[in-house]
Amino acid sequence: MAVEPKDSPGVGVDEWVARSVERKEYMPGWRGDAQRALERVGWWPRLGLAAAVGVFIPLVIGLNSFQTQVGIDALLLAILALGLNVSVGWAGLLDLGYIAFYGFGAYGFALLSSNQLNPPNGIHWPAYFSIPLVMIGAAVLGLCVGWPSRRLIGDYLAIVTLFFGEAFVEFTNNVAPSKLGGPNGIFALDPLHGFHVQILTPTGYFYVLLALLVASMAVLHMLDTSRMGRAWRAVREDPLAASAMTIPVNRVKLMAFAIGAMIAAMAGAVFAAQQTSVFPTDFDTPYLILIYAGLILGGAGSLSGAVVGGLVVSIVLDGFLRSPNQSGYIFYGVILVTLLLKLRPWSRVAFVIVGTIVFGFIVHAIVGAIWPSATAGITGANNTWTDLHWAIVPANPVTFGNICFVALLCMVVVLAQVHHRWRTILLIPTLYLAACAWEARLSQVPAITRLLLLGAILIVVMAWRPAGLLGARRVEIV
Amino acid sequence: MTKFIQELVNGLTQGGLYALVALGYSMVYGVLKLLNFAHGDIYMVGAFVGYFVLQWFGGPTALAVPVPFVILAMFLVAGGGMGALGVAIERFAYRPLRDAPRIAPLITALGVSFLLENTMLLLFGASFRDYNTSAFIPYSTEIRIGGVHIWIVQIMVIVLSVALMYGLQVLVTRTQLGRQMRAVATDREAAEMLGINVDYTISATFFLGSALAGIAGVMAGLAFNEIYTLMGFILGLKAFTAAVVGGIGSIPGAMLGGFLIGLAEAFITGYVSSTFTNLIVFGILIVFMIVRPTGLLGRVQLQKV
Repeated sequence: MAVEPKDSPGVGVDEWVARSVERKEYMPGWRGDAQRALERVGWWPRLGLAAAVGVFIPLVIGLNSFQTQVGIDALLLAILALGLNVSVGWAGLLDLGYIAFYGFGAYGFALLSSNQLNPPNGIHWPAYFSIPLVMIGAAVLGLCVGWPSRRLIGDYLAIVTLFFGEAFVEFTNNVAPSKLGGPNGIFALDPLHGFHVQILTPTGYFYVLLALLVASMAVLHMLDTSRMGRAWRAVREDPLAASAMTIPVNRVKLMAFAIGAMIAAMAGAVFAAQQTSVFPTDFDTPYLILIYAGLILGGAGSLSGAVVGGLVVSIVLDGFLRSPNQSGYIFYGVILVTLLLKLRPWSRVAFVIVGTIVFGFIVHAIVGAIWPSATAGITGANNTWTDLHWAIVPANPVTFGNICFVALLCMVVVLAQVHHRWRTILLIPTLYLAACAWEARLSQVPAITRLLLLGAILIVVMAWRPAGLLGARRVEIV
Repeated sequence: MTKFIQELVNGLTQGGLYALVALGYSMVYGVLKLLNFAHGDIYMVGAFVGYFVLQWFGGPTALAVPVPFVILAMFLVAGGGMGALGVAIERFAYRPLRDAPRIAPLITALGVSFLLENTMLLLFGASFRDYNTSAFIPYSTEIRIGGVHIWIVQIMVIVLSVALMYGLQVLVTRTQLGRQMRAVATDREAAEMLGINVDYTISATFFLGSALAGIAGVMAGLAFNEIYTLMGFILGLKAFTAAVVGGIGSIPGAMLGGFLIGLAEAFITGYVSSTFTNLIVFGILIVFMIVRPTGLLGRVQLQKV
């Protein structure tokens, strides 16, 4: 295999040319047509359309309180992914302390809207004053983190910022417990208020976040198409060449840090107001991974990708996994869609699906005949799989599920190694193992399953489609 | 004085672990220029493997075979198993991305780390597990230096980690494999052109680094008793910093960095405050990484155009 280092300045890989419409790689067939049709509509009308959809969803469907909360979480994650996109996607700085800016925003808002400071009355500034203040504070903090790290490249920057993120959690846990509350956090915060308006209902927060999301997208789009946006991408592609073209590399990097931090702090403030409390554990590494998963899945470097990725990850992983009835549909649905998209020709898809079903019935019958207790398990209240005599779920499913899960990991590894016919054939037991592991164990522990899936998303997306779902695939011009 | 020596020994014990894990980071960083976030979790899995080997021999209170044999078995199984795990991770997660932009394998490493942590969480739960080392190596087996009692396990950790590091240093500087590793670290393409099997060399690097991490995990279990699924993350961070403090890519550097961080931690815990240990250590590390990113024993690398 020819070794072509792509981290060095690649010959002929021209980002600007690739971004222009004519040289972009389109998907084949009708999907490419749809892509082109979508691109003929301008960016601003598309944003307006998306915003209108966002406004009308709660009005038309009438979300219940759980669904509204899922929507709020999803919008928060989308805003956070947007902010992360500035440093990771555009400027190419792997910022692993991003979550600390979110936390800073939340804690800053909490201190300015509760009884913690200046007792006994506390500080209760209106939101139109406290949120911009917190955002400016976060931008300054971003500069403080970015300034000394500006010389660090790549991995060093990642580790310094990761320390910064960890230090933030340690700080809020241990320093000044009377003010920051230690592990107990700060509670009884004011809701968002100002101009004689108070936002108290979840629906209200949904619309506030939607407005903020649209506003951030608009601002970031203008930045993206401005000199600054071009400078960011130039620095990402090749800092040395960028500085040769008189781009002030360090200042440009600092700007990326500061703007990302501002957006994160804004999201943090609204999060704190909506939750009316903040805790150090809200800003721990798993949530950082969640933001990364959203950004990477959607496509780092693309605004719409960051938003869609954030929404999808949050809705699928937080919303559906939390309710056991729906998580099964999502699980099998994702598998089915992946099969339909990735397997060609149709006969092979049909073979795999039918094969898996038949395989399941056969295995279930054999195991049931030899060892009846192995198929006696009932998982969940409204689970129909046991009645279907398909997936094996023993009476004590934990150990069996764990074994299935480990076997599944091994099978996936084997699948990555074999090709053609063997891959198709081995896919059948793998899918069956996945179903068994899911029914016996994974669906019972949604909290862990969610984290497992986050890790898997990062690995799979990076290996399969590093540009993410919506990121533009770049054409190499030699 | 007694307290000083006690903290010194504690620091060296912890530092030996940091150093062993740091070696893996340093080696992998050397050959692939990849910060392997999953390395700390390999250490954690190693600690669990050691724990189950211990249980298999009858558990800490009722060992069926002599103690040295059990400890040897724990080290061998954890070392070999983790080596294999490291090779598998490299093969399936990192190798497909070898020519991708640098940020891609970093994110994959983050994902692998997360996957390992939560797989262990799924399989074994979040509760702490106890090696209960004192049940088969009582605290009374000790060495006394001027009124200070030093438990033999701590001595073993320090001595063994130094011995392993020396062995690795010999391997890297004196053997054919070591020469190949250094060649790949210097210039992968040129090494490939000279007929070095790059894939094999990288796999071997991962095997060695991960095996050391696995052994360090068992040592941590023996010396500190408690193991849990999240023990690898922070330790991995500090160990990577140890590698950076010493100068990444340098084996004596990783050793020096590991011991320095271990000692700093022990003395801060002993003399300043245990609440702020992590915060102070993080602060020192951030400052160090910013002031001298090439480390104590590292060379300044010129950026080539």
